Parts: sequence; C-alpha cells; structure tokens
Amino acid sequence: MTSATKPTANTDERVKEISNFRNALIRPELGGIVGTVAVFSFFLLFAFDSGMFNSQGIMNWSQISAQFMIIAVGACLLMIAGEFDLSVGSMIGFAGMLIAIFSVTLGWPVWMAIIVTFVIAVSIGALNGFIVVRTGLPSFIVTLAFLFILRGFAIYLPQTIERKTIIGGVSDAAQGDWLAPVFGGKIFTGFFQWMGDNGIIAVFERGTRKGQPVVEGLPMLIVWAIALVIVGHIILTKTKFGNWIFAAGGDAEAARNSGVPVNKVKILMFMFTAFCATVFAVCQVMEFGSAGADRGLLKEFEAIIAVVIGGALLTGGYGSVIGAALGALIFGVVQQGLFFAGVESSLFRVFLGVILLGAVILNTYIRRIITGER
Amino acid sequence: MNPEHAPLIQMKNIEKHFGRVIALAGVSVDVFPGECHCLLGDNGAGKSTFIKTMSGVHKPTKGEILFEGQQMHFADPRDAISAGIATVHQHLAMIPLMSVSRNFFMGNEPVKKIGPMNFFDHDYANKVTMDEMSKMGINLRGPDQAVGTLSGGERQTVAIARAVHFGAKVLILDEPTSALGVRQTANVLATIDKVRKQGVAVVFITHNVRHALAVGDRFTVLNRGQTLGTSQRGQITPDELQDMMAGGQELVALEGSLGGTV
Repeated sequence: MTSATKPTANTDERVKEISNFRNALIRPELGGIVGTVAVFSFFLLFAFDSGMFNSQGIMNWSQISAQFMIIAVGACLLMIAGEFDLSVGSMIGFAGMLIAIFSVTLGWPVWMAIIVTFVIAVSIGALNGFIVVRTGLPSFIVTLAFLFILRGFAIYLPQTIERKTIIGGVSDAAQGDWLAPVFGGKIFTGFFQWMGDNGIIAVFERGTRKGQPVVEGLPMLIVWAIALVIVGHIILTKTKFGNWIFAAGGDAEAARNSGVPVNKVKILMFMFTAFCATVFAVCQVMEFGSAGADRGLLKEFEAIIAVVIGGALLTGGYGSVIGAALGALIFGVVQQGLFFAGVESSLFRVFLGVILLGAVILNTYIRRIITGER
Repeated sequence: MNPEHAPLIQMKNIEKHFGRVIALAGVSVDVFPGECHCLLGDNGAGKSTFIKTMSGVHKPTKGEILFEGQQMHFADPRDAISAGIATVHQHLAMIPLMSVSRNFFMGNEPVKKIGPMNFFDHDYANKVTMDEMSKMGINLRGPDQAVGTLSGGERQTVAIARAVHFGAKVLILDEPTSALGVRQTANVLATIDKVRKQGVAVVFITHNVRHALAVGDRFTVLNRGQTLGTSQRGQITPDELQDMMAGGQELVALEGSLGGTV
C-alpha cells in the first residue's frame, strides 16, 4: 500500500535500493528458520531410520525442545527489554524443591504447593528486577548473585529438612489433585489411541498395556511451551506493552523520556522469566515425581543461547519470540538427534559453541544493516 | 507577547537542589503560545535541569509551575505529556533499532480492541506515520524503516512531528541542532518555524547564538543556575547574548585572540 502511494520521483538518489536478500536478513527469525531447515534436513538424511521420526522419537525431541522453549520465551522477552537473568537454572531447582517440600514434607495439597511456589518464585523475580532498576547495576551481576543464592537454598533446604538432596513422593501426593494435571498430565489421549488403533503410530505389542499406543498423549509440557510462545509473540509484536519492551531495551533513557514506564516493564519481565522457570520446574517435578537439588543446572545459558540463535541481540531492543522458539527447537533436535544418529553426545557441546558464535556474528552484522552503522 | 494572550506556561522562582549542589537558584520564565522562546546558556548553566523540571522529570525543590494559569505538580513525564508539554531530547529522541512508526507512537501507542484484549493498531500507526513524515518533507522507504537509517536532522524532525501530532501545546527542544550539519540545521529551524505558526509554544534550548537568533522571539540566558533576564527579538545583539552566556570577561579576552570568530 505504502509503496504504491510513494512518488518515485522523490526518492533520494543517494540511497541504494535494498535488495530482497538484505531485507529478509533484517527479520530476526531468519537465522532460526534457516537453522531449523538445515537441522531437520540433516537428521532426515542421516538419522531417518534410527527411530528419531517415529512417534516416540518425535515425542522425545519435542519434549526436550519444549523444555528449552518454556525458558527461552522468558529469557527472550527479558533480553529484548535489555536485561539478562542468570538465575533461571537455579530458580528451576529452587522452585521444584519448594513444591516437593510443601507437598511431601509439609503435606500441603499439591495445588496449594504449586500456587505458593509460583508466588514465591515470581516475587524473587520481582526482587531481581527491583534491585536491577534501583541500583542501576548490570543484571548480569545481580542475577549471578541469585544464581548462587537460589542454588544454595535448593541444596540447603532438603539437606536440613530431610537429610537428602532429592525429595520424592510428589506423584503420590498429586493423585487426584486438580491443579497437578495442568502441568504433568497429557491431553488428546483419545486421538493418540485412535492413531494407535489405525496403525499410524506404534502400539505396545505385548504385556499388560497391549494395544495401547506407546505415546499416550500430548504432554502438558508441550502445551505450555506452545501457549507461552504464542502469548509471548502476540504480546511482543501486537500490543502496546510489546512496544514498551522493545523501547526499554533499545534505549531506556529515550523510552523514559517518551513516557514509557521502563522500570515497570523491566521488573515485569524479570517476573515473567521467573514464571517461565517455575512452569518448567513444576512440569519437571510432576513428570519425575521428585525434586532434585541439582535440577536446572546450566539452563540459564541454554535459554540465552536459544534466544541468541533466534536472532535477538544481547544488547537488547531487538529479537523475536518465534526466533527464540526455533532456537529452542534446533537445540532439542540436535541434542537428541546426535543420540539417535549414534554420535558421541559430548560433541553436542562443540556444536553449541560453534552455532552460538556463528549466531552472534550474524546478529552483529544484521544490527549494522538496521542501524546503518558501518 | 501579545497582551491578550496569557502565558501558556509560567515557571516561577524554580529552585532545584541535588544534594549539596544547587543546580537552579530561582529561575523564572514564561512562554506564550505561538512564540519561540530561546533558552541559552553555556554547559552546566542549568538548562537541562530547568527543562527537565518543566517536563516533569525532576520535581522542583522550590517554586511553582503554572500551566494555563493552573498550578501543576507533575509526578512523572507522563503527567506532563498528557498536559501537553512535550520534550524532544538532544541525542535521545529515538531508538535506532525500532521502526519509524514504532518510534513515532512510542509511549502513545494506538490500540484497537479485539474481544477483551487491546492490540497495537499497526495499520493506523503506519498510515499516520507516513502522512506526517511526508508533511514534514521526509520520504520514508516504508513505515517499518528503522530510525537508525535516518539522518540526525530527519530524526529530530520525526521527533518534533511526533510531539505536535500528539497535541503538544508546549514543545521543548533540547539542543536539537547541536550535532547537525548546516543543511540539516536549516531544516530543523524551518520545522520549528512551521510548528510555531500552528500556535505551539516552543522552548528552544541551544548554546548557539546564531541558531537562536534565526528563529527566536524572546531570549532568556541562564548562567550558573540563575537567569540573566529575558530580552525581546531586536532588542539584543548577538554579541550581547554571547557575552551574557559566557559570563562576560573571559570570552572577551578569548575573542580578541581568536579574531572575533567565536
């Protein structure tokens, strides 16, 4: 519409025509899309017969990717708002431990344990944000402190209370609870049964569960991941608040001068990151039936890597939730795919380092194109 | 200036202290609709503190702000903006990574309701941005062009157009020409003139006397947190203004050695 109304005579003769290639480059999702296509092509070619693309295989890497996605959405919005949260991994361990202590040790109903844990975790997120905006310190340092504080408590609490670092028995406590299935349940079980009956997906051949599909349904973990990605994407690109997120990260001072409540936006994003970490923690505790003090180790970095692969700038102000989700998908597919392809799993780290470096270099180049720097 | 016009905004004996530092020691200025009021002063004279007080960033330690005859207490810049006081800042007017249209509506996003949710109305924002930009003589590739690709003068113009579009009655320009080339400066000064003719009160902060004299109706000089009086256009020479800004003596001596080129 706009290009049609623009008189061509008025274009500046010193501005070179922008090629479609460069135009496509400045879409933040581009790296993620190319990476996803490349990764899937690779594994379809080299690991197709390994079981990676049957129902169990797909469910396997989907679940791993979904885990990454949940924390990547939070990390993505926070990074666009110009801040980091290094305490995500510790928050996962800490929040999981709280649920186990509340429900098993203290015997609270599981729904209450979950709600109270969310309140505590989100408050800690708010505290993180509050300290960052109040002191003006880099969020890197403030959340690094919380990385240690929360991990310390995640080990100290079960050690002192139960004299062990893993608290089990959450599954039993969650029996018949109304809120637990929202995190640990499965949906579309009827549809998966139907697919099993019709030979689309594998069913058990013998045993007590003969005739039931191997993959019983869609885990709520994946539902949460998809929902968070959709909600995050809509908030970021389609709402007023999304514009504030970009503005807060792009240039906090300019945003403040234009009347954007930058501090509020940043604190809310820290809270949202803590919320995502807690969703991850609750899903994991419900799946395993236990909480461990070492859960979520290094997750903060994995979340940040997924976000950067997805095209976000480390300096804030630019990025995409869809990109971060694709980054998480690449992450999950490669981690599990190397296993299916029979490659030594330690090579996954090498791959991570290489792709991270590549993504950051590409992002810097893209930033120059957008801002017209040389 | 015109006696039947009441001043739009009156700043009376504004004092602002930061700890032990007295940044403003009783500054009074009033601005009428349709005038360009130049605020001059050297670095550290208190210009920035003064306009930040006017635009709600700082609360005055003492003194009162009257806007359209009523006493105002701005809690934050949003209050001032909704009252009709808009500021275009020196370097911080725009966010380079964001599109022109997102920048244009930053802090004032148009919303359209779909069901219970409010969404950013991108179609409206893009249309208005293109219209306003072509009115100001800037041809955009499209509303999603990043501000980073615009020149400094164009960015100032976008910021001014934005403020006027959102109904600014008082437009505060914080050194809009300080980092610009000759031609871009001329463009920005022309924009100021256009805006003034629409009845907007312009407060133009600068330390360049020539830029001030090009568009100013009245001139107030700040020095070390105090006003050295306000003069009308035609009643003051560039040299007098320059001397007042620098506090007199030293500059005279300096100017001698530089051959009167400062």
